[in-house]
Amino acid sequence: MNTTDQPGTPGRTDSPIHISGLHKRFGALEVLKGVDLTVARGEVVVVMGPSGSGKTTLIRCMNLLEEPDAGTVAVCGCSVECGDRARRRERARQVREIRHRTAMVFQQFNLFPHLTALGNVAEGPLSVRRMPRADAEALARRLLDRVGLADKAAEYPARLSGGQKQRVAIARALAMEPEVVLFDEPTSALDPELHAEVLQVMRELARDGMTMVVVTHEVEFAREVSDRVVFMDGGVVLEEGPPREFLSRPAHPRAQAFLRLVAHDLPEQGADGDGPDKPTRWEQAS
Amino acid sequence: MDLIVRDFPDLLRAMGVTLLLGVVSFVLGCILGALVGLARISRFRLLKGLAIAYVSVFRGTPLLIQIMLVYYGLPQLGILIEPIPSAILALTLYAAAYLSENFRAGIIAVDRGQWEAAHSMGMPYWRMLRRIVAPQAIRVALPPIGSRFIALMKDTSLASAVTVVELTRAAETIGSSTFRYMEAFLVAAAAYWLINTALSLGQGALERRLGRAYA
Ligand SMILES: Nc1ncnc2c1ncn2[C@@H]1O[C@H](COP(=O)(O)OP(=O)(O)OP(=O)(O)O)[C@@H](O)[C@H]1O
Ligand SMILES: [Mg+2]
Repeated sequence: MNTTDQPGTPGRTDSPIHISGLHKRFGALEVLKGVDLTVARGEVVVVMGPSGSGKTTLIRCMNLLEEPDAGTVAVCGCSVECGDRARRRERARQVREIRHRTAMVFQQFNLFPHLTALGNVAEGPLSVRRMPRADAEALARRLLDRVGLADKAAEYPARLSGGQKQRVAIARALAMEPEVVLFDEPTSALDPELHAEVLQVMRELARDGMTMVVVTHEVEFAREVSDRVVFMDGGVVLEEGPPREFLSRPAHPRAQAFLRLVAHDLPEQGADGDGPDKPTRWEQAS
Repeated sequence: MDLIVRDFPDLLRAMGVTLLLGVVSFVLGCILGALVGLARISRFRLLKGLAIAYVSVFRGTPLLIQIMLVYYGLPQLGILIEPIPSAILALTLYAAAYLSENFRAGIIAVDRGQWEAAHSMGMPYWRMLRRIVAPQAIRVALPPIGSRFIALMKDTSLASAVTVVELTRAAETIGSSTFRYMEAFLVAAAAYWLINTALSLGQGALERRLGRAYA
């Protein structure tokens, strides 16, 4: 499946996500001040930035959980012009289409507590994709197996650890057979020792060629798995670039300050950045 | 005791009527109450306003007056309704006003993240309500809804005011014909208590069932 590991150049037509001129305000607070972002098929983009910089808002605009005030959100071939109140019905159809083709993984997991792990994963196929129950459950079992939780199928979320919950949530996202998976700080609510199991699942997903937008402060993950890091501050994209360049030699002083904070507890990275023998993300993943 | 034996068939029939009034108005009240509760949290101002007005009126006036308005008042407008349907109609409207608040509280208690997870899948609204929101809302709303059911069972006694021969009226009739008011009303009270104890037990079982996933 390793056919899409060359990320396309931004702007080319085969871009599942193409956002331009995005503005969003909450009351008096202007949170997004004109964001442009294109994500190519198979690309893994990590979004970083200080708290309150608008990362969550941006990613939630991608599946229209948040309604932007202005700008264009074109996701998986569906284009939504924001800000014009007209054509509500047409818009609703496109929003639904976008949500069918994308999936989101939340910081707080948001698993359905009244359903078992299997029920959680099967819900989308059943309720949205209208699959027969037997097929939906077979798919759910395959996906739980893929995230290493085949033996937890019958457990309710209350009985799962945080890491297991997030892996079920990823399986639930995959059950929609999305073209893009959006992650909003998938490890932030977890104890440090549980990060690895979730990141490993995401790593494998990236290796399989999934298009991913990941809001995270996991520097290691960004370095090893992502194709591009986007740094946001104050509602704009301040800087973006290949992870090794951005993470070792950020151009903007605010990015430098930010990285010093999040990379605080990491071993010192050589000032010259990555050596030539640095493994690629595919080698890392396997 | 011979009073009970002799009038047992009458009392049993009256208990059946009480159950009929209580259960039917409760079920209808739940349906109407759920709709009013949804209207109450709707984005549409008009729906929301109507729901608020509805709850205000039916909660703010005595049930006895509502029952009498339906049975004695409506005929003036040319609408004639039999005693039992009259009582059921009034009890339903009254119960729905209270139940809508219980449903509303249950729905608001469902975490925003649950709606968002369902939205992010593109789940249709009614399906999301049924599959995701309702099961969680009902768990929260069940204790107050159970109390409401029990209160409604007792409120059915007001149907006696519009000639419905339910438990209270039957006891009164037996009492007045035998002058054994004490026994007659005690038996009626015991019958209400029996019904409501059964309801409480049922509610407890249901709560445990719905709580299983959260243990
Ligand atoms: N629904 C909302 N209503 C009002 N203000 C909001 C809302 N959502 C977010 N905000 C505000 O918008 C700003 C940006 O929020 P956002 O969640 O996008 O930031 P973030 O970059 O994800 O931050 P963090 O790293 O803390 O998650 C914050 O100041 C936040 O308080
Ligand atoms: Mg955030």
